Amino acid sequence: MTAPGNPTIEPRALAPDPAWRTAFPALTREVRPGTPLVYLDSAATALKPWPVIRAVQAYDTEYPANVHRGLHALSEEATEAYEGARAKVARFLNVNDDEIVFTRGTTESINLVSRSWGGTFLGPGDEILLTVLEHHSNLVPWQMLARERGLTLRFADIDDEGRLDLNSFAGLLNERTRLVAVTAMSNVVGTLPPLDRLLSMAKLRGAKVLVDAAQAIVHGPIDARALDVDFLAFSGHKLYGPTGVGVLYARREHLEAMPPMLGGGSMVQRVTLEGAEWTESPWKFEAGTPPIAQAIGLGAAIDFVQGLDAEALAIHERALTLYAHERLALVEGVRIVGPPPSEKGPVLALDVEGVHPHDLAQLLDRHGVAIRAGHHCAMPLHRRLDLAASARASLALYNTTSDIDCLAEAIHDARRVMGRRSRPEPRPV
Amino acid sequence: MDDDLYRDEILDYSESKAHRGRLEDPDYQADLDNPLCGDCIHIELAVDDDGRIDRVRFEGRGCAISQASAAMLAEHLEGKSECAAREMTADDMMSVLGIQLTPARRKCGLLAWKAVNKALDSAGPEANVGGRSRRP
Repeated sequence: MTAPGNPTIEPRALAPDPAWRTAFPALTREVRPGTPLVYLDSAATALKPWPVIRAVQAYDTEYPANVHRGLHALSEEATEAYEGARAKVARFLNVNDDEIVFTRGTTESINLVSRSWGGTFLGPGDEILLTVLEHHSNLVPWQMLARERGLTLRFADIDDEGRLDLNSFAGLLNERTRLVAVTAMSNVVGTLPPLDRLLSMAKLRGAKVLVDAAQAIVHGPIDARALDVDFLAFSGHKLYGPTGVGVLYARREHLEAMPPMLGGGSMVQRVTLEGAEWTESPWKFEAGTPPIAQAIGLGAAIDFVQGLDAEALAIHERALTLYAHERLALVEGVRIVGPPPSEKGPVLALDVEGVHPHDLAQLLDRHGVAIRAGHHCAMPLHRRLDLAASARASLALYNTTSDIDCLAEAIHDARRVMGRRSRPEPRPV
Repeated sequence: MDDDLYRDEILDYSESKAHRGRLEDPDYQADLDNPLCGDCIHIELAVDDDGRIDRVRFEGRGCAISQASAAMLAEHLEGKSECAAREMTADDMMSVLGIQLTPARRKCGLLAWKAVNKALDSAGPEANVGGRSRRP
């Protein structure tokens, strides 16, 4: 890892492998005639590479059948592909196949843990420890559960640069803490909480741990078994996969003890008019027809990511983040909120003097530069950092220094548009 | 279209001080947030004895579109009857603003108008400090 204050970047690390870019057809489009796309919103959703697009299309064109039902050839092919995708996810996280539940996304995964595990095993007086970095999807489900079950939520603080305050975390952890639910990477400022240390502290207290890997999953492999987490959630679409599919990893013992959240078809062994017996996990959590094409697409996304040179990828993303900090430092009025580049993932929370984030996003769009503006589903974090909103540029494997240059020039232009002076008051009173 | 969005008139209004601040004796007031963007507005209206809106003031922070629309709405409402203010529609607000907004930015352009509606609809003392006590 590059030490802070040492901005030397190996130029080779700055250019993505050309094959990485050609895999993504959306990069070839123009936003408007003559304006190419500069996509800096991958933290919201990543672009999709050809292998993912083709896998989804192959399901729809060649074997568009339901899974776990028919005895005909198409249904068998679909079941094999769907369960094959589950196996790919399991290998990707280094866990067992039957510990992977397909959901609609990170949000549903966390709600499943909250309602099913939390609703069964937590009660009055129990505490859940979160951090102020959390996305609403790892906050609101716990608030709902706390209200229903009489739980107490506690929040580990951050410092002014967005780093997790370990003293605050350790101080809030106690014998009543039943669960620690923490992000592996902040979606706003890019903070990477030290999961190893948090997990060992939590385990010492006997607390279970849920990791929200929605942002982190795309920036490097996560070994859920080595990390020894109880629950881990992520979405397919931030990992270059399709929207509409997500993953919950939970240790087998938890899945076996948890009741299903949704009742319906394919999650039962036997049904009478009086009642039903659940089938085994993970299928008892997958009532109804699952997102079949999307899960198969996610499997293809994992194959795609695992086919890349992981080290080259990590170096590229780190070098690009560093370059972005250096390049944007040259633009007057730009402040990057959050930890220094060596301590975070590749997202840039921008505070541009004199330009509201919404106006910035709209003005950048003129240049084909796509960023996100708002509170990014992390209102408590913005309040903690004393920001009403922020503008976020997020980087992925296909981004280049030229994308960063476009961003810098577009911000400069936005400042020019919003900063022009000599304006008369419309109608003085 | 974008250039139209950030044309001088809009930027002028967004920075205008003309209707910013508070009234000593508002008849109606309301606070409204746009949770999606973190924008917020506090708006106050004073109505004269003939039922005409004679002063509108607002405070708030937000993007140029939300701030300009608040200033333009304040200017538009002054001198209108309370009745006319109540009858104003979202499309009327868009006409006052005079620019085409994408669905995502419509929320910004309508924040002040929604706040005025909330103020005029408010009856409780906590939401409508001063109530209509000045009215006969």
